[in-house]
Amino acid sequence: MNMLLLIEQILNGLQFGVMLFLMAAGLTLIFGVMGLINLAHGSLYMIGAFAAAAVAGWTGNFLLALIASMAAAAMIGALIELSVIRRLYDRDHLEQVLATFAMILIFSEGTRWVFGSFPLFLNIPDYLKGTVTLPGGIEYSLYRLTIIGIGLAVAVGLFLLISKTRVGMRIRAGENDREMIGALGVDISVLYTLVFALGAALAGLSGALVGAIQSVEVGMGEPVLILAFVVIVIGGIGSIKGALAGAVLVGLTDTLGRTMLPVVFGSFMDPSSATTVGSALASMLIYILMAGVLIFKPTGLFGGS
Amino acid sequence: MFQERTLDIFVLLILVIVPASAVVTDEPFTITLATRAVIFALAGVGLNLALGQGGLVSFGHAAFFGVGGYAMGILASHAQNYTPIMETPFLIEGTNSMPVIWLVAIVSSGLVALLVGALSLRTSGVYFIMVTLAFGQMFYYFTISWPAYGGEDGLSIYVRNQFPGLNTLDPIQFFGICFALLCIVLFLVDRLNKSPFGLALNGAHQNEERALTVGINVYRLRLVAFVISGAITGLAGALFADLNRFVSPTMFSWQISGEIMIFIILGGVARLFGPVVGAALFILLEHVLGGLSDYWFIYLGVILLAVVLFAKGGIIGKLAKREAGHGQ
Repeated sequence: MNMLLLIEQILNGLQFGVMLFLMAAGLTLIFGVMGLINLAHGSLYMIGAFAAAAVAGWTGNFLLALIASMAAAAMIGALIELSVIRRLYDRDHLEQVLATFAMILIFSEGTRWVFGSFPLFLNIPDYLKGTVTLPGGIEYSLYRLTIIGIGLAVAVGLFLLISKTRVGMRIRAGENDREMIGALGVDISVLYTLVFALGAALAGLSGALVGAIQSVEVGMGEPVLILAFVVIVIGGIGSIKGALAGAVLVGLTDTLGRTMLPVVFGSFMDPSSATTVGSALASMLIYILMAGVLIFKPTGLFGGS
Repeated sequence: MFQERTLDIFVLLILVIVPASAVVTDEPFTITLATRAVIFALAGVGLNLALGQGGLVSFGHAAFFGVGGYAMGILASHAQNYTPIMETPFLIEGTNSMPVIWLVAIVSSGLVALLVGALSLRTSGVYFIMVTLAFGQMFYYFTISWPAYGGEDGLSIYVRNQFPGLNTLDPIQFFGICFALLCIVLFLVDRLNKSPFGLALNGAHQNEERALTVGINVYRLRLVAFVISGAITGLAGALFADLNRFVSPTMFSWQISGEIMIFIILGGVARLFGPVVGAALFILLEHVLGGLSDYWFIYLGVILLAVVLFAKGGIIGKLAKREAGHGQ
């Protein structure tokens, strides 16, 4: 395996990880502040992608499409928070899982009903097509590099929002003691809607960005949702820092595993069975990683006790 | 309002009368629907032991359902092709005998549950839900990428497996087998719930610290419950594979885990017959709503949402007297 390919795969893994972070950040924030496990987060990812594809189809403007993805996901997020989700905060996890599972069914079939079963396509705009030459002579896709940039910018923005602003202070206070912050005169239900809409917007953005690489279709959100769960379990629930570390770890492990393992097995097995064993093991690698973290630190890398 | 027991017997009667009358009117499709309901009920009874009695919200029971299915698929495909499963160090042949397949399905899904449970039970609450979901996905992706047994395409078994003395290809006889197994499992689970083991499990669910204080090893207790729960769901998986004569990675998909959970919540959590009522209702809805609209999952979603938000205790909780329910 040559060095250039390896670096390219590392960048791919980073891009995948950054996308997972956008999903995981919302999930972990919503769990941290409201104590809610939200399976419908994958649907918000899908809604973002569909909104972006629809707006890009109308206007042809990719930037507008990205804004639309965040706006649509945030709006629907706020809507379901106000109508359904807020009834679930004081219910047990089983009921939260089932109610949000029911919402997946409604959103998936609803989207299929509106847009049909065929995948939509969201094109990468011309100014982001092609490759750039990185130091060391590596040719890498400009769009994927942009995704990494956007993801890291969002991560920094989120850190600043939570550690430096008044809203962030309230979010942190909400994580620590919900009743106390209510008693201090902060309208906690507005804060909840805000946090939920913020998480939804991040999921929607992530769906739109990935939608331009893959196809935009019903059911695209759930595999990503489950990976985001793995990320949160590895990073520790409620920790944004953990979500970032977990997401990059999962992204790199998955991408590198898929390219490296068949090669590694190929060094002592015949090629066809090396490919079989290698790819089968690669598909399980992140779950093995998760199991490993659970054995040594059941609350995740950055989780409290 | 009824006594819960009266309601249970009523449910069993319906489950017998519907396919029996379908024999008279010669509607084999109805018998197949009833068989599906019975098999799903069995899977739900398995999950209910962990989820209802033990409070372990597993979102990964599709893993055990699938392992049971593949136990049947692998054994039967080797029997169908007359190739041994392995020759060294000792010869293992495929088989098409149902009792042997059931045993293998129960043992292998129990072992998988032991492994998954041992790791997952180190966590609790919302972590447990996510971790079991993730392990379920692991099996899904593994079966897709492992080509030996059909990979993504799955495995077809052309002839249903044999049960001594019965013609399993006759729909009503196969229904009878599944129904008998469901009754046996319901009886055993009922006994288990009332045994010291079941009481301790429920006690640990209600108050973990108190259970620990009186000297109960909660981790081991839950692990045993999880293994039994997985094994029952695995048995249901083997029957489901035999019903369709087909296994595929879809059996491992997270939607199956969700559906098994739906049976329980529709019927009533921690009620012995909760999953039975829930599975029957699910099949009925699938049949009726599926006939009305291609998008019947929307209606299912709305119904499920309404049950979760407004009808605590599910159907049985609404119909049966309050004191009959276990604590929840």
